Amino acid sequence: MSVTHMSSDSDLNAWPGSPASGFGHRSRGRTLRNALARAVMWTAFAVAMVPLAWILWSVVSKGGHMLLDSHWWANSQRGITNRIVGGGAVHAIQGTLIQGLVTALMAVPIGVMTAIYLVEYGRGRLAKVVSFTVDILTGIPSIVAALFVYAVWVTAFGFQRVAFAVCLALVLLMIPVVVRSTEEMLKLVPNELREAAYALGVPKWKTIMRIVLPTAFAGIITGVLLGLARIMGETAPLLILGPYTKNIATDLFGGLMPTLPTMINQDRTEVLQPAVDRVWGAAATLILLILALNIAGRLIARYGKLKN
Amino acid sequence: MAKRIDLKDLNVFYGAFKAVEDVTMTVEPRSVTAFIGPSGCGKSTLLRTLNRMHEVIPGGRIEGSVHLDDDDIYAANVDPVAVRRTVGMVFQRPNPFPTMSIADNVAAGLRLNGLKNKKVLAEKVEASLRSANLWNEVKDRLSKPGAGLSGGQQQRLCIARAIAVEPQVLLMDEPCSALDPISTLAIEDLVTELKSTYTILIVTHNMQQAARVSDRTAFFNLAATGKAGRLIEMDDTQKMFSNPTQRTTEDYVSGRFG
Repeated sequence: MSVTHMSSDSDLNAWPGSPASGFGHRSRGRTLRNALARAVMWTAFAVAMVPLAWILWSVVSKGGHMLLDSHWWANSQRGITNRIVGGGAVHAIQGTLIQGLVTALMAVPIGVMTAIYLVEYGRGRLAKVVSFTVDILTGIPSIVAALFVYAVWVTAFGFQRVAFAVCLALVLLMIPVVVRSTEEMLKLVPNELREAAYALGVPKWKTIMRIVLPTAFAGIITGVLLGLARIMGETAPLLILGPYTKNIATDLFGGLMPTLPTMINQDRTEVLQPAVDRVWGAAATLILLILALNIAGRLIARYGKLKN
Repeated sequence: MAKRIDLKDLNVFYGAFKAVEDVTMTVEPRSVTAFIGPSGCGKSTLLRTLNRMHEVIPGGRIEGSVHLDDDDIYAANVDPVAVRRTVGMVFQRPNPFPTMSIADNVAAGLRLNGLKNKKVLAEKVEASLRSANLWNEVKDRLSKPGAGLSGGQQQRLCIARAIAVEPQVLLMDEPCSALDPISTLAIEDLVTELKSTYTILIVTHNMQQAARVSDRTAFFNLAATGKAGRLIEMDDTQKMFSNPTQRTTEDYVSGRFG
């Protein structure tokens, strides 16, 4: 703001963004920087995409053909050895779905209610402690959750390694995902809706049950499905708590229950082609299953949103 | 139906901050009272103490007393939920429940309070929509979402929802501030009609609106930012706008400040 600077009109017009300078051309320097920034961004994007595309390509190219065989969706691996072509993944798909469902049945109520507490009721110290605990839970490696359940279920209580114990470990991993996503959805419900309900003489609990939860419903379901997708690919708890079997087994407390991750693990060191194919096939199936859940989650989020 | 409201030595707080100071006033049944004053003077806050909505905000509390006829609504044994059934409220921004149809929005208060008879509900929905001058516009699409209506229609829907539970007092917090002039006129006409049944208090920043709809006007002001709002003067609307007692009232209603 020196006086000399203000002395002549040409000085004033000199700065590039000045309206007085008119619609001049974009400067060379800016064009160059723009191109450079663009190149850096595209490179970063490509670097991030390469491994993803690579994984998808190897899984699909090596295991995709297994999924086209109707036996894959109809049979188990009962009586099939590493030299024989054939058999299916039904036993493993079933196990993965059962464990996912049972886990969700336990984790969703706990997670949703925790989120309701944090958003609608939580004030002061207890809420902070709960929120912090959820943060810690988010950061727990799956193998630690698995070992914790092992220590309680097998070492302390003396029970067998069964599918239900796997579910308990998965619950620990799923709860924080459900809490956080539900929390976000509940926070998105405008406060005006709560106040509108209060002003009609509706008690708080009923406002939450009948106004807040229905409004956030689609978002909560999306979060649950994403959480489910996350735990269905989880492997450590299965390795520690859920022994594999080639047979169909649906008893949660009956010991063995095959799943897709343990099916992959079972044959991963094999060299004979039929077994290797099955490993890739199981991997492709797992990816497909999780993809389907993700898509379902997104669809519900898009079409189940507040109807207008 | 309508009840008288008596405020005595009312102080309203947000935590340690005193937002409204020392308000004493009486509001007669079946009248419209307008609250006017500059932003931040505590009009809305005071309004929200009349149906115990203020305490929904963490730290919100009051000193003094609020009586509906002879009942102290802040007495220890009074359930705030019951107070809110008696004292309805319409908010600044229309807020129909997004998951509900037009009919369900109107029926929400009744249904959530346990009324199940479908015939009775349908009758109450129609009666409330008629009172809110909305029936003719929506009677053919009662099952469509309430959020699909125009802003002015949504606000009348919210009024219908508020009166469906048959309150005795109706609080309106700047009900027209988000609406165009035609919708505003519709709401103002409605207020004049509803006056025969309810005690109505309306917060407004629109002087003409206060002059048009209200019987009595209360002017609030605050000495400085961060100080508590006070009731400067309350009188018949005509007198408040033509010949107020206080100098600041005259300055405010004539647009010389605020």
